[in-house]
Amino acid sequence: MRSAAAETRPLTHFRTPHLTTPVHERTSACNRNHSWVPWAGYMTAGVYDDETMEYFAVRNQAGVYDISPMVKYRISGRDAAAFVDRLQVRSVAKLKPGRVFYTVWCDGEGMVIDDGTVFRLGPDHFRICCQERMLPWLLDSAEGFDVGIEEETEAVAGLSLQGPCAFEVLKRAGLEAAGRLKPFDLADFQMGDLPVMISRTGFTGDLGYELFVEPSRALDLWDRLFEAGRLHGIRPFGNDALNLARIEAGFIMARFDFVNAEHTLRPGRSRSPYEIGLGWMVDFDKGHFNGRRALLAERDGRTSRYTFVGLDIEGNLPAESALLYVKTGVGTWAEAGHVTAAAWSPTLKRNIALASLKRPHGLTRHDTLYAEIYVMRELMWQKLMVKAHIAERPFFNHPRRRATPPGPY
Amino acid sequence: MPSFDAIVIGGGHNGLAAAALLGKAGRKVVLLEADATLGGAARTVEFHPGFRASEVAHLVTHLPVRVIDELGLARHGLDIAGPSLPSIALERSGRHLVVTAGDVGGDVAEGEAAAFHDLNRKLALFAATLKPALAKAPPRLATRDRQSALSLARLGLDIRRLGRRDMRELLRMILMNIADVLDEELTDDRLKGLVAFDATLGTHLGPMSPGSLLSYLYRLAGDVAGAPQRLILPKGGMGSVILALAGAAKAAGVLLRPGAPVERILVEGGRARGVVLEGGEKIEARLVVSAANPRQTLLDMVGARALDTDVVRRVSAIRMNGNAGRLLVALDGLPEIAGLDRDRLAARMVIAPSMRAVEEAFNPAKYGELPERPVMEMVLPSISDPSLAPAGRHVLSVTMQFVPYRLTGGWSEAAREELKARVLSEIEAHLPGIGRLVRHAELMTPADIERRCRMPGGHWHHGEMTVDQMFFLRPFQAAAQYSTPIDGLYLAGAGSHPGGNVMGLAAMNAVRTILETEGRR
Amino acid sequence: MAKTYDVIVIGAGHNGLVAAAYLARAGLKTLVVERNPYIGGAAVSRELHKGFLYSNCSYVCSLLRPEIMRDLELPRHGLQVIPYEGGALFTKDGDVLATSRNHEVNRRAFARFSRRDAESYDRYSTFVMKQCRLIRPFLMRTPPDPTSVKPRDLGELLHLAKAFGELGEKDLGDTIRFWTMSIAEFLDQYFESDVIKAYLAISGIIGTALGPMSPGTAYVLLHHYMGDVDDQIGAWGFARGGMGAVSRSIAGALEAAGGEIRTGAGVSRVLIRNNRTMGVVLESGEEIRAKRVVSNLDVKRTFLKLVDETALPSDFVKSVRNFKIRGSSGKLNIALDGLPRFSALPDDSPCYRGDMHFTDSIGRMERAYDDWKAGRFSRDPFIDMLIPTGLDPTMAPPGKHYMTCFVQYCPPLIEGREWTDADRDAFGKTCIDQIAEYSPNFKDLILHAEVRTPRELEAEVGLTEGNIFQGELTFDQLLFNRPVPGYAQYRAPVKGLYMCGSSTHPGGGVMGAPGRNAAAEVLRDLARPRTMGDAYAVI
Repeated sequence: MRSAAAETRPLTHFRTPHLTTPVHERTSACNRNHSWVPWAGYMTAGVYDDETMEYFAVRNQAGVYDISPMVKYRISGRDAAAFVDRLQVRSVAKLKPGRVFYTVWCDGEGMVIDDGTVFRLGPDHFRICCQERMLPWLLDSAEGFDVGIEEETEAVAGLSLQGPCAFEVLKRAGLEAAGRLKPFDLADFQMGDLPVMISRTGFTGDLGYELFVEPSRALDLWDRLFEAGRLHGIRPFGNDALNLARIEAGFIMARFDFVNAEHTLRPGRSRSPYEIGLGWMVDFDKGHFNGRRALLAERDGRTSRYTFVGLDIEGNLPAESALLYVKTGVGTWAEAGHVTAAAWSPTLKRNIALASLKRPHGLTRHDTLYAEIYVMRELMWQKLMVKAHIAERPFFNHPRRRATPPGPY
Repeated sequence: MPSFDAIVIGGGHNGLAAAALLGKAGRKVVLLEADATLGGAARTVEFHPGFRASEVAHLVTHLPVRVIDELGLARHGLDIAGPSLPSIALERSGRHLVVTAGDVGGDVAEGEAAAFHDLNRKLALFAATLKPALAKAPPRLATRDRQSALSLARLGLDIRRLGRRDMRELLRMILMNIADVLDEELTDDRLKGLVAFDATLGTHLGPMSPGSLLSYLYRLAGDVAGAPQRLILPKGGMGSVILALAGAAKAAGVLLRPGAPVERILVEGGRARGVVLEGGEKIEARLVVSAANPRQTLLDMVGARALDTDVVRRVSAIRMNGNAGRLLVALDGLPEIAGLDRDRLAARMVIAPSMRAVEEAFNPAKYGELPERPVMEMVLPSISDPSLAPAGRHVLSVTMQFVPYRLTGGWSEAAREELKARVLSEIEAHLPGIGRLVRHAELMTPADIERRCRMPGGHWHHGEMTVDQMFFLRPFQAAAQYSTPIDGLYLAGAGSHPGGNVMGLAAMNAVRTILETEGRR
Repeated sequence: MAKTYDVIVIGAGHNGLVAAAYLARAGLKTLVVERNPYIGGAAVSRELHKGFLYSNCSYVCSLLRPEIMRDLELPRHGLQVIPYEGGALFTKDGDVLATSRNHEVNRRAFARFSRRDAESYDRYSTFVMKQCRLIRPFLMRTPPDPTSVKPRDLGELLHLAKAFGELGEKDLGDTIRFWTMSIAEFLDQYFESDVIKAYLAISGIIGTALGPMSPGTAYVLLHHYMGDVDDQIGAWGFARGGMGAVSRSIAGALEAAGGEIRTGAGVSRVLIRNNRTMGVVLESGEEIRAKRVVSNLDVKRTFLKLVDETALPSDFVKSVRNFKIRGSSGKLNIALDGLPRFSALPDDSPCYRGDMHFTDSIGRMERAYDDWKAGRFSRDPFIDMLIPTGLDPTMAPPGKHYMTCFVQYCPPLIEGREWTDADRDAFGKTCIDQIAEYSPNFKDLILHAEVRTPRELEAEVGLTEGNIFQGELTFDQLLFNRPVPGYAQYRAPVKGLYMCGSSTHPGGGVMGAPGRNAAAEVLRDLARPRTMGDAYAVI
């Protein structure tokens, strides 16, 4: 594991507190706001020029998001499938080569360490994409398995092309063949002389693809996509627009909806899959996996402490970070949980939120909750108790997300 | 395919005791021992034609009445009636010290003898206070668990009962190093050297390492058939204890199968279902009880795949690299040494001239190097038990402290010869003339002990006996109550509380837990 | 007629000054007497070479409790603490582990030695932080007596049990392991790289007479991590103007509250009559009366030198004799004509403004300790080296620099005999040679070097054996065992006599907590309202 101290001496790593991605030349040119946010050690765009227009590119035309900083691990070897099974909660038997699934992995107490996607590149080859670095966890989990584990974050650049016209853009870029990809399919393609791996995945809940290339070809990929998408109003979108889209899609995020169980300081702050609405994934029939014993006990003993719900909040004030209450009598309230993400949805014209509730709240949809929202209007703070109703997730669920082959827009 | 209620893995003393106790409780039990002979680290071996000796453990220091009685060991031929050996601290110039059950004799200042007596009494009191905890499953650290809370409260109460003065002393001293304790009370280098040796024997601690007092208290907590601070040479070597245990097991209906190495423990749906032997034979049982080392049991036999990563991490982190080597010497006769008559030679002789000598022998072990001057204990068991050697000949059984498991550069033949030479030259320096009598000397490094006894690291306690690996943390927290993350699989060896020595308490505590737990189901 | 005060504090070290300041603020007529012609004890800035200020004992700041800074308004009296910018550990093969305040830069620095370790670091930090959360609230509480059945002690014991109980079963077990393991074993659970382990082991040994492989050193690490610089827990910093600025600011607070300080006034004994404290007698023979005397000296000096043995219970005297104060460190203070360059670092590296080290494996650190055990100074010592003038413009003329080197191990006696000047010079040369291996221009820049062995530290500062903690931080001398069982609540066995030095809970380092806690007990005995705020409970 020791990296040959081949890196330049004397050491100048401190001169770049954040790394730049392989498409930095393009993203920085587009970033008229000079708005950068750190992501896994890299600088990524917060808002390029106009958050709303970036968001609408995703819901109306096509947007490109730089996913190069995503933490990526390559798992390969004779026991790769068995290893991925022991690592996370879903059954790899149901993940054929050329498919992707979203999953979570837990520690021995059944508490979530991270979520992410697993790409099955071949019978014995996988790629795990996630938010948190976890090489030690992977290596220690590999004890007894014949697998190789390699971090390839820097070796693979990625661009996420999202929006109703995403396929139209691919077609114009010479990738009509990608039309056969069903949601969560992946395959290798040639974009002229550029080899690219494409998966029909994304974090927006819309029609979309993620394209992976060698870092040295990333600018080339960017240029080809933007050239192909010119007529469809393609534009890069930043973190803020992505966040809005993902809330509409009902996706959870590490550090907001759960905290890496290995990094929680205070007792009781981690979450099990059942407590973040992902209990449906857990497959007890596939053999041993990390957390199995604890999760089985949690399921059978009904000891989950939280529920995870979508909320439709009355009015139009985003309930960011609001505490949630139930009424216990006239003028008396009991705290029931808190909002983990909230937004006014421009597409749905609803005031939506994701929330973590203490059980038994949220087990039925009949609870009427109240969100404690503080608003400041011209130097005057106001506290509002706004009714919130438990709502179906995802909030945004358009058939175009699933149509194969995709329509023109 | 044969079927049993319980499979016991490992035919050492704990395995045999566990099997016998389960058998007595009416379970149909098979005991599987990998080696062709039973006994583990408690065997008697013929190391040279006509010369026999205890292979690893050579003195009985802990063998509680309860173990002897519940298993009826006396009925099965256990002979530990011999006298308790005094310890002789050898000194190059011949100014030897003799220590018998906490009192020092020989050429020693009067005040020193009194100070040692008082210190021993104090430490023995502390040991006696902690001792009841050895014969019980450790409590969990969860106050919700009623039994654990009671058990902890009981321990707290026992400590309070010492009275304010002794309680304060215990709470102050419990994690101290033995060197400071001895420096506070004693001045005689020989005496301090001897106690420091005893405190660190079998551990990776020097006299100045915090925690070495606790290791000494563990030693003081031992008793043989109720009498504390005993050093007993069992007749016929340690193997005779094994014979008695095996007899008890057979009498309890246990099927003993030596030469049956377990390749893996069968686990289905998180529950142990039996074992598969090397060669493929499958044996099923609802219960699997392993007296093997916890790492061996969980990582090799169950396999990391069936365990959570957290557990794999913890088990892999158990420190179990052995620190002691053995030298079995066939002698053509007894050395004639002024000041050491036959009676004295029949004692346990210790070469550890001062605390500093012990500390300096320890230093190289930290870096995987050999001690310049090894410190050691030795006995001549053939004096009291002539059956161990041909007539007129003798066996010298030596345990050397601070022999690293992993020697930097590896255990080459040259390294082995070097160690042997250093040990023999130290012995010669203290027992002049003995060198001429040596016919054969067989060295066992921790690496050899690992191989011969199938004990990972060659650690005779199946893991260091330090606070972080003791009591409710032994072998690791989630398995401290003998159950494991695999339902139906239990640990019953020295790797579990209370730990090493030929004692049987780990097995006894484990079986009690098993009968309570599995009875409830 | 002798002068009379409400309280006399013996020793103007930081803890004595803190205790005095709190007592003066409570309206007590308070006097601090100090043997040296200057205040500060081991927290001083001294001009020993013209134009250069030396923090010639303690040299960096982290542990000083923020509650005390706030209660005593220390910033108003001139205290400012600036965090380090980086840290470096040079390796024998010419490389360097160059750590950073920036998480990502730090991760990449670690990753050069092991990618796995770089990622393990977060899990490790989380665990250490949990331990800090557990222990910090107890720094500002008087330890309970576990043998007592007094309601106050039982209440405190319950509080202690509750805090530990709240950890939950697993963390509680891990805590017990952590408190008893060696730092080497503890790090082995997380890391594989020798260099990274050596770097992280540093805090496990500084100030103790233990090696990184000695059980109990993981706790010592916690002792060095539980402080903070503002919101950054575990961070260390420089006091602007040197460590004397800390003492000066506390003295400022004391004087603002009406307290007095007399320097050049060494105490020869504490006046005791009928088991009651009456005051002190100075070395000059002058008597000063007070019914309460608080000693900032270590317990050995206080009770074996200043108090008549017959006035004390014999058990207590024996315990004090057995109290382990072990000198294990030395110190170099060096005036430099310019900034030394280190071959492995570029000129703009932030590591120049942090701590630097030259022992690249735990094995080397442990061997340095083996030398100490044998009564020698380490031939290949461990050095904690800093150049405060990289951040602090007040300590040297512009363009010149002040370097501080804390060195382990250095025994109080050398092969059983007293140190000689030749021994001291050989020790200094060993340290300078080690640094020069990594910095080609270092030796040429030296204008003046002060070398301090335990002999000098004891003679000048009054620290027995030169031990920076006034007593080892092993469990037998922590919490209710510190300084000795039964006397952990700052009271001596003589009525009106108190202890407030680092020999008492929670121990050494420029923390101020012993002084504050002792003052709280004095006020309690006088039934006066407390002048100290509660500890910040939550982090």
